[in-house]
Amino acid sequence: MSNATKTLVLASAVASAVAGLSTTAVAQENVKCFGVSLAGENDCAAGPGTTCAGTSTVDYQGNAWTFVAAGTCEGMELPAMADGSERMGSLEELDRDLPA
Amino acid sequence: MTVTQSAFKAAVLDPAATVPTGIVNPDGAAASKRFDVYRNNVAVSLSDALESAFPVVRKLVGDEFFRAMAGVYLRKHPPKTPLMMFYGDAMPQFLRRFEPTKSIGYLPAIARIELAMRHAYHAKDVAPADAQALTTLASDALMSTKLSIAPATQTVTSDFPIHAIYLANTQADAPKPVMQPQAVVITRAGFDPQIHLVNAAAATCIEALKKGQSLGQAIATADDTLDLGTVLGLLLAQGAVTEIY
Amino acid sequence: MLDATQNHSLPARPGVGYKAQHYSDIMENPGPLGWLEIHAENYMGDGGRPLAQLRHLAERFPISVHGVGLSIGGEGDLDADHLARLKHLIGWLNPASFSEHLAWSTHDSHFFNDLLPLPYTEQTLARVATHINQVQDTVGRQMLLENPSSYLAFAESTMSETDFLRELTQRTGCGLLLDVNNVFVSATNLKTSPQAYIDDFPLEAVGEVHLGGHDEDEDETGAPLLIDSHGKAVVDPVWALLDYTLAKSGPKPLLIEWDTDVPPWPILADEITRADRALTLITS
Repeated sequence: MSNATKTLVLASAVASAVAGLSTTAVAQENVKCFGVSLAGENDCAAGPGTTCAGTSTVDYQGNAWTFVAAGTCEGMELPAMADGSERMGSLEELDRDLPA
Repeated sequence: MTVTQSAFKAAVLDPAATVPTGIVNPDGAAASKRFDVYRNNVAVSLSDALESAFPVVRKLVGDEFFRAMAGVYLRKHPPKTPLMMFYGDAMPQFLRRFEPTKSIGYLPAIARIELAMRHAYHAKDVAPADAQALTTLASDALMSTKLSIAPATQTVTSDFPIHAIYLANTQADAPKPVMQPQAVVITRAGFDPQIHLVNAAAATCIEALKKGQSLGQAIATADDTLDLGTVLGLLLAQGAVTEIY
Repeated sequence: MLDATQNHSLPARPGVGYKAQHYSDIMENPGPLGWLEIHAENYMGDGGRPLAQLRHLAERFPISVHGVGLSIGGEGDLDADHLARLKHLIGWLNPASFSEHLAWSTHDSHFFNDLLPLPYTEQTLARVATHINQVQDTVGRQMLLENPSSYLAFAESTMSETDFLRELTQRTGCGLLLDVNNVFVSATNLKTSPQAYIDDFPLEAVGEVHLGGHDEDEDETGAPLLIDSHGKAVVDPVWALLDYTLAKSGPKPLLIEWDTDVPPWPILADEITRADRALTLITS
């Protein structure tokens, strides 16, 4: 694409973007809701009970891992597991930004 | 006899460690179950924070799996600040490397979406620019025009259908995800973050604009699948453009 | 040392720990509710609904900012970034009160999201006093320090908690936040008398009183072990301890804390009404 063409494409994109705005509903600001605000709130309460999560050792040792991902992952039929994702080359893609 | 906070900390995070000497019950005897109260508080409160922060990841792997994984995560990545609303920023990398989840290729991107939603929710309030200002610019001037993008605006790009997966786990009537690459942009007009399906070229273009590149430069970073009119229309409608300069 | 005679203070009425799900109830049907308390850390984002709600609430009610993450009892230096966030929030909101805990929660740059205990010695006293002075100097006002819930004791402690707190008020000019449920929980867990604790407590320094519910458990010897869960109604013995305290101290701002398994508003409103009755009892 030449620069002149790009300029034209841009101008028409801007024109269509701005023209489309008049029909877009303005978002309502609802201060009364709580949305995702419940995520990770600080408080000063102690957790209930004295045992379970804090004293269980099996649940965090990789070699003793006994849990199976048993949520909605299962029903998705995506090539998401090792074989499928290899075919997609996705793990390589995702790993690129990992620190060495 | 002094119980240092280093010793206390190590024993709080490791249930197999012995309780530091010098921690006692009212009769002066060792107090291991009493110390367990703190072990429990730390593990439960941090696991709860992760559960509420990553509801879709949790749904994808199941409650029991997530809870156990949270126990691993919180010990590997204890919070670095007291702000629980942002706890879990290492979750995408963690999911990529954690043996039991590394084969679920789309999980890290879903975690990135959930982090982005929370950051958008708490992002700075900004006033949108007047979109009409764009129409007064000559075509040539548009190429070198820059847009300030609202801090809530974030993109996530994946080889997986992450928008469809996110919707299928947050909306009752959403269709079943079909394998395809997808990108999303998260915006916040008003107070509630919204997630929009875009393509990878749109996400690239938005990231370029966020970095302060001109419209001309931003177009050049994306391939020809970029539909600039739609991208700009979305950003303007969502109040995500705060300055035109 | 800060001048403790500043005019910031809460009304001697019932208040409640604010939860976003109660926003409409509080605005439309506050009953005897006189003020609100927020956890500082939940309002340290850059913007959005939490700060907008807080701005609206502050137009109607005096606000108490209650920090839960400053780690005043920490061995290390206070987190400068966190202190700056606190200064910003307090400067923006100009709340009626600011309080924190006699506890630590950060060590070696890791935050544990719990109020961890410290021994009471000359050494820890000096350190906590230094931290309180630094906080008060930074935010430019007096702070209240809250007594913790204790589950265990340190063999190395050389002074009582009440002596420790009294000495802090004298060295720093800070005020105190007396959590009556924490007194009851600690006294039960450590086999001491809650009334004796109140008798020893420097009540003249108290700027606010907390009330909350606790869970019951026992330790490995079968001794009762109460947990400060903030997930239930205030129990009768704690209401009785409140009456005992108010009879000695006179009216104080009273806070109902309910942080886990947060109930619908009418249940909290009942607790607020009961706190209001306790105040009426001593003023009549």
